[in-house]
Amino acid sequence: MLVASSVQPATAGRENVVVGEHASEDSGPMAVEGGPSGVAGFVNCDETIERLYYYLDGELTEERRTEIARHLDMCGPCVDVFGFEAELRKVIANRCKDHVPDALLDRVARALEDEHTRQSN
Amino acid sequence: MADQADFATLAMEYMPALYSAALRMTRNPSDAEDLVQETYLKAYRAFGSFEAGTNLKAWLYRILTNTYINTYRAKKRRPEIADVEDVEDLYLYRHLGADQSSGLGRSAEDEALDRFTDDDVKAAIESLPDTFRMAVLLADVEGFSYKEIAEITDVPIGTVMSRIHRGRKALQKALYEFGSARGLVGAAGDGR
Repeated sequence: MLVASSVQPATAGRENVVVGEHASEDSGPMAVEGGPSGVAGFVNCDETIERLYYYLDGELTEERRTEIARHLDMCGPCVDVFGFEAELRKVIANRCKDHVPDALLDRVARALEDEHTRQSN
Repeated sequence: MADQADFATLAMEYMPALYSAALRMTRNPSDAEDLVQETYLKAYRAFGSFEAGTNLKAWLYRILTNTYINTYRAKKRRPEIADVEDVEDLYLYRHLGADQSSGLGRSAEDEALDRFTDDDVKAAIESLPDTFRMAVLLADVEGFSYKEIAEITDVPIGTVMSRIHRGRKALQKALYEFGSARGLVGAAGDGR
């Protein structure tokens, strides 16, 4: 289940959003081309998808972030894509855990003690 | 300046993360344990040069990565393919979406993700060539920033971004292929 909030940045001031003509619920991701990208503060689907990873990685400027958030507010297909990629990121991180063998903990602790002793002598 | 006496208290909590990264890098539990031990020993010896208050986790990863590159990668018998093929954007989203042609709704792709097991994800990451594997691990599993990854791996930030981007796409394709092979994803008759 898509959790829309997982792709929303903690940015205030997104009220008074004007719904752009390019935002259409039944268009597929990247299906819409030539949105009003020339309008200050507006980005189209292509530009939004292009910045998907920078957005999820937290590597955008505040201004860019707000532009993307504004687009996501009015574009269901892009929210779907962002939600999926955010979910995938979680799946990758959560499924990559391994149990540390006790023997390794002991080994490292002993190696550090030995090194400490060696340095003290 | 950091005090060596504080080392164990501060550094041991990163063992699970470092061990997992070592496993993904070496793809071998015995080498992974050796790599982790060597990392801790080197870090202990060099702890005097660690600036207290800066990012200890990133510092440990830098030592782990360097040790891996200098020791374990050099040991490999065959050099591995150093590049990934170009994969289309949003590979997994589109392929999982295409599998669900009957309009099961928006969460179909998200639900498909749940079918991947730990082993699928680990195997997919381990299938990536070294440099891409490290970039994806550091970004997606450990959550380091581009700048931190550039410092850890000692490559320019532009190279880091390119490796993460291409590595992620290759990872998506690998995941889909592992999933298809096990019959978890893919429409009937889809032999990919």
